[in-house]
Amino acid sequence: MSMESIKKFIQKVGWPRIIIGIFLFSLFIAAPFVKVRVSTSISDTLIRFGMNGVMVLAMVPMVQSGCGLNFGLPLGIISGLLGAVLTIELGATGFPAFLLAMAITTPFAILFGFGYGNLLNRVKGNEMVIATYVGFSSVAFMCMMWLLMPLKSPTMVWGYSGEGLRTTISTEGFYLHVLNDFLAVRIGEKFFVPTGMIIFLVLMCLLIWFFFHTKTGTAMTAVGSNPDFARAAGISVDKMRVISVIMSTWLGGIGILVYQQSFGFIQLYMGPFYMAFPAVAAILIGGASVHRATIYNVLIGTFLFQGILTMTPSVMNSIINTDMSEVIRIIVSNGMILYALTRVSHAGSRG
Amino acid sequence: MESTPLLELRSITKDFFGNQVLTDVSFSLDKGQILGLVGENGAGKTTLMKILFGMGVIHDTGGYGGKILFDGKEVSFQSPFDALGAGIGMVHQEFSLIPGFSAIENILLNRESTRYNPLVEVFDDRMRTLDRDLMKTRALEAIELLGVKLDADMLVNEMPVGHKQFTEIARELERKNIKLLVLDEPTAVLTESEADVLIEAVGNLAKRGISVIFISHRLHEIISLCDKVVVLRDGQIVEEKKTTDTSVEEIAEAMVGRSLEGYEPIARSEKLDEEPVLVVDHLWVDMPGETVRDVSFDVKPGEIFGIGGLAGQGKLGIPNGIMGLYKAGGRVRFEGQDVPLNDPSGVLMSGMSFVSEDRRGVGLLLEEPLDWNIAFTTMQTQNRYIKPLLGGLIKWRDDKAIAELAQEYIESLQIRCTGTQQNAVELSGGNQQKVCLAKAFAVKPKLLFVSEPTRGIDVGAKKLVLDTIRRYNRENGITVIMVSSELEELRSLCDRIAIIDEGRISGIKPATEKSTEFGLLMLGYGNRTSSEGK
Repeated sequence: MSMESIKKFIQKVGWPRIIIGIFLFSLFIAAPFVKVRVSTSISDTLIRFGMNGVMVLAMVPMVQSGCGLNFGLPLGIISGLLGAVLTIELGATGFPAFLLAMAITTPFAILFGFGYGNLLNRVKGNEMVIATYVGFSSVAFMCMMWLLMPLKSPTMVWGYSGEGLRTTISTEGFYLHVLNDFLAVRIGEKFFVPTGMIIFLVLMCLLIWFFFHTKTGTAMTAVGSNPDFARAAGISVDKMRVISVIMSTWLGGIGILVYQQSFGFIQLYMGPFYMAFPAVAAILIGGASVHRATIYNVLIGTFLFQGILTMTPSVMNSIINTDMSEVIRIIVSNGMILYALTRVSHAGSRG
Repeated sequence: MESTPLLELRSITKDFFGNQVLTDVSFSLDKGQILGLVGENGAGKTTLMKILFGMGVIHDTGGYGGKILFDGKEVSFQSPFDALGAGIGMVHQEFSLIPGFSAIENILLNRESTRYNPLVEVFDDRMRTLDRDLMKTRALEAIELLGVKLDADMLVNEMPVGHKQFTEIARELERKNIKLLVLDEPTAVLTESEADVLIEAVGNLAKRGISVIFISHRLHEIISLCDKVVVLRDGQIVEEKKTTDTSVEEIAEAMVGRSLEGYEPIARSEKLDEEPVLVVDHLWVDMPGETVRDVSFDVKPGEIFGIGGLAGQGKLGIPNGIMGLYKAGGRVRFEGQDVPLNDPSGVLMSGMSFVSEDRRGVGLLLEEPLDWNIAFTTMQTQNRYIKPLLGGLIKWRDDKAIAELAQEYIESLQIRCTGTQQNAVELSGGNQQKVCLAKAFAVKPKLLFVSEPTRGIDVGAKKLVLDTIRRYNRENGITVIMVSSELEELRSLCDRIAIIDEGRISGIKPATEKSTEFGLLMLGYGNRTSSEGK
């Protein structure tokens, strides 16, 4: 391979992905030497990839319409949590329970997304800062609501008082692993592929890919690319932005449902608080910018980011005998966000 | 001893990723000489100046070939600072001044004269105070060197455009070692009288031994100011002559590489229908800097109607207001129907289309491919280039049809590009303008607004753009309303011309009227048709 083609490859893939890819690859290579099973590691990586993929996908519509990265993901997650607790209250079980949770999530997501979108339309240019506050404050607000909600299901309420929802609620007996186990592949005791969950992620990606090939999707991309151009072409810029925010919010809600069915627990109260940052970091690692994000960025980014999160605790800790996983997670995710945001101001200063 | 030229370029070549932009460019410039550098947009002028100035973009893209000799020594500047240090100054097309600072402060920015005070002992030289008197003297010296009248204490944001330009040049002159000054289209933003002063000032500089490279599209300036002219075309020098041995026509011909026929008005053979197709009644538009106060006129079917006037008088507000981009009021009737104001999609659907004067801001999706740029408006307003799926429930974008449409316009308008998937940002100004026209034609409008169609594009592209507008008017029967600051352009293309002054029409005359008549109207000597008492 000539110097020129190597340069082109690096330019196309981007340094962050190459560095993180090499790092992840070396972790897999190192794993057997520190007695970490590669098969388990790959399974874990795939499971976490499937669990987080949809929430990362929730970044795409807002980025494409020019609303920036969806730091308000917790708002979408809350709509998913509402779907989840109401489904359990209704006592549905199995796969229908998952569908019911999706169905209940939808109206909440539309309602929240509509409000959130209109708010963002009033603060054009500062979307990401405001979005962060929307996420944080909605979590705080819901901390009160979870206590006050008149739900009665014994699996959810505090045992001693009989009212108010618990901080964690098990999905066991409801929709635990309904996607994970669908068409799952098991080889031996340790290797497991959550086929159903991966299929679900692919379906969601296809849905979004499909949307961006329609007339409305094209208009949304144009709004993000140049709002003045879009307006001159007769597009209602604000309406497109609100639609994108509703989509992102809905994907956030569906994303948390997928997460719960695999993880096994619904985490209320402060659970959604920091959920936005890993998702933001993942899509940025995948090569998205604040102005442009593709399905490819989602898939690559989620895989690399979750791969590192899976491999560092097991491999790195065995190598250096201290728990470095949290430190590395924080450095990678926040470092990536910082890196991407500095790239924005660089582009801005060039006009 | 024979005198060595101040600057000598020897066989400069440059390519961007295999795309050759400069081929074997060689010329020399003596001390105190003024060299006019002309060429179409995309001919390589800017790249050449970037090489000379050591701009980072050149090194990032693989450097250049050939040699540069400055003051007899071979140089290769690694950054603009090296170039400045060697005595080359450059004034860019866009101003880089600090608005809230006075002329003095801008001229001496980062080279201020300072005084000692005791704090320096503790906090280093950064705590030295400004010696305002000395600064003023130095700034005035630079201004005097330029030979213009400029209030040194005036804040930049309160200055007329011309004075900003002078401030920029004075800043370069203030460097004591300045030997070569590069002026990139310094007169493009100036009025004629301001330009005259600037040209005289540049002439004075040359007399004091400073060499100048003067880049301009205004050829008569080149002829009157420069000692010699270098014409670039497609990255090669096609002509290098003393200005006394050449003429505007010859330079223009060399630039475009084909003989430029005079753009004479072509009289219409057929008589136009008297019933107007567009009636504008007491229109007002709130467009910042281009306010329209009270404008009424009508346009006949198949006509090319010109709107002219000085900058800031409101001519640009008319199309922007009617197309719904700025808040507007009054009444606009098109084909007997009321046109909804403040509703861009309603206007588009009624059969009007607009080529904006703000090409990069409004006209294009710079980061998207050409086919999107061309097809987008049509697709969104007319549902063409859409494949209905599931019985029309889903409107699927027909990428193949979009690419075909773009290809068709690339061929018919001769858009120079690598293909339908190239991003609009990569095209030169003239080609971007053709993309904007293609976008407007693609909606198959009955009435087309074209705003400043030739602003910032070169002679060759200008003629192509004007030809295209005329062709679509004659062959497809599109009524055209053209807004332009260039009176001659309007006169050569339009049937009638309205002149706007202070947001009102000061007169509407046939294009065959003498230029002086229109000049008087622009200066406000006409009978205002729609203002009662002023």
